[in-house]
Amino acid sequence: MSVTVRLPSQLRTLVGGAGEVPVEAATVREAIVAVDVAYPGIAVRVLDDRGLLRRFVNVFVADEDIRFLDGLDTVLEPGQTVSLVPAVAGG
Amino acid sequence: MSFATGLICRECGSAYPSEARYSCENCFGPLEVNYDLDAAKRVVTRASIASGPPSIWRYAALLPDPGTEPVDLGAGWTPLRRSTRLAEALGVRELWLKDDTRNPTGSFKDRVVSVAMSSARRLGFTTAACASTGNLATSVAAHAAFIGWPSVTIIPSDLEKSKIAMTAIFGGTVLGVEGNYDDVNRLCVELVAEHADWAFMNVNLRPYYAEGSKTLAFEICEQLGWRTPDQVVVPLASGSQFTKVAKGFDQFIKLGLVDGAAPVLFGAQATGCSPIATAFAKGAEVVTPQRPNTIARSLAIGNPADGPYVLDELRASGGDCGSVSDDEILECIGLLARTEGIFAETAGGVTIASLRQMIARGTIDPEKSVVAIISGHGLKTLDAIVETATVSSTITPSLESAEEALRFHQLVAAS
Repeated sequence: MSVTVRLPSQLRTLVGGAGEVPVEAATVREAIVAVDVAYPGIAVRVLDDRGLLRRFVNVFVADEDIRFLDGLDTVLEPGQTVSLVPAVAGG
Repeated sequence: MSFATGLICRECGSAYPSEARYSCENCFGPLEVNYDLDAAKRVVTRASIASGPPSIWRYAALLPDPGTEPVDLGAGWTPLRRSTRLAEALGVRELWLKDDTRNPTGSFKDRVVSVAMSSARRLGFTTAACASTGNLATSVAAHAAFIGWPSVTIIPSDLEKSKIAMTAIFGGTVLGVEGNYDDVNRLCVELVAEHADWAFMNVNLRPYYAEGSKTLAFEICEQLGWRTPDQVVVPLASGSQFTKVAKGFDQFIKLGLVDGAAPVLFGAQATGCSPIATAFAKGAEVVTPQRPNTIARSLAIGNPADGPYVLDELRASGGDCGSVSDDEILECIGLLARTEGIFAETAGGVTIASLRQMIARGTIDPEKSVVAIISGHGLKTLDAIVETATVSSTITPSLESAEEALRFHQLVAAS
């Protein structure tokens, strides 16, 4: 299904400057992989070598932190937005 | 002059120049300001510091380059007071209170904002912004007003009225978000991508901003007569103050400016927002976010950015982390006020209640010196106490009525 992945400024150079990338995916993990297929280099920055989310990246689905949902296995609904947000901010 | 050399990723070591950048392009790790301490060692002495201004800028050599002139409302160089009556009440032999209520806008945030605003001006920004639980917004609005900049401060809309008023009075734009601080923070991270010309103190300027908290450690050392304390209790929100206090002690020790070993650092959280205390107690490596529910709004960050580093430091130095209820917070605001004449905001209650808790469970040694950081003024959180801190009696303007009330209160005091 079609979802949108919103990228932080740190990753936009990798996708030619766009802030959002439309992809076909059923879970958060699939969405990240799909962006990486189109624009190689995204996944390695977001996921570590075990395939887990890096500790300084937050991911939100429909404005909810995926750590309150099912993590990378969180199931997406059509039209939802997956936001990748750097964790080291604020305070 | 500043001995800052640029930015470095705390996770993977990637280096960047001194620009507005806060997270690593390769791994999203946090960027830190790096210094040439070998060069600083030849120049920075106790005498050179002591001859500086009575503000954080006496440590300019160990802060980011402020450009031609720092944006200085007079942050820092707040009193470090030897406690007698509170020390006795808590059974601590040597207790010191770092009274950061005495900053220009009443909280330690003036330290970080003075540094970040100076860097922002040097980097060519002209608008100041921030995500805030209140104290930061107040400080940003004040510093922006001072230099004639517009400011955009973004806060949870249900904050204490006093904090909103203290921010709005400086004339900037204050956006109240229907949500908690973590929602505000996330919004600001997305906003910064759209408004690259705004200096978000704690987002794109965060490496510079965070450095300001080192001056707490510098001042504590200098005010103790160039020695380190044994133990320091630091309130925890994002954890940034804690990690930078640790960095400050470390830099002073490396520069040979101070006698003694690095202190053991202790954290302080409200149970209603205690993601770091919980992770520490469980032995967890990651901090699981929490939805905050506490009167200590200035510490109500459920998803603390520097949480992992606080856990590392607590474990490396043999520290501990308090977790205290709202009732204990209110009780300890009162205890500090009655024993020391210091009126602290709710975060100060968290620090004192946590100190008491960690003494009780034996992790803070009452025979060794302790410094407690009192980070903000009580006028900021009047909402928390207005129901209980009231007139003792309401009387008519007559001698009889006054004497009757006084007799009653003397009886109460004597009982």
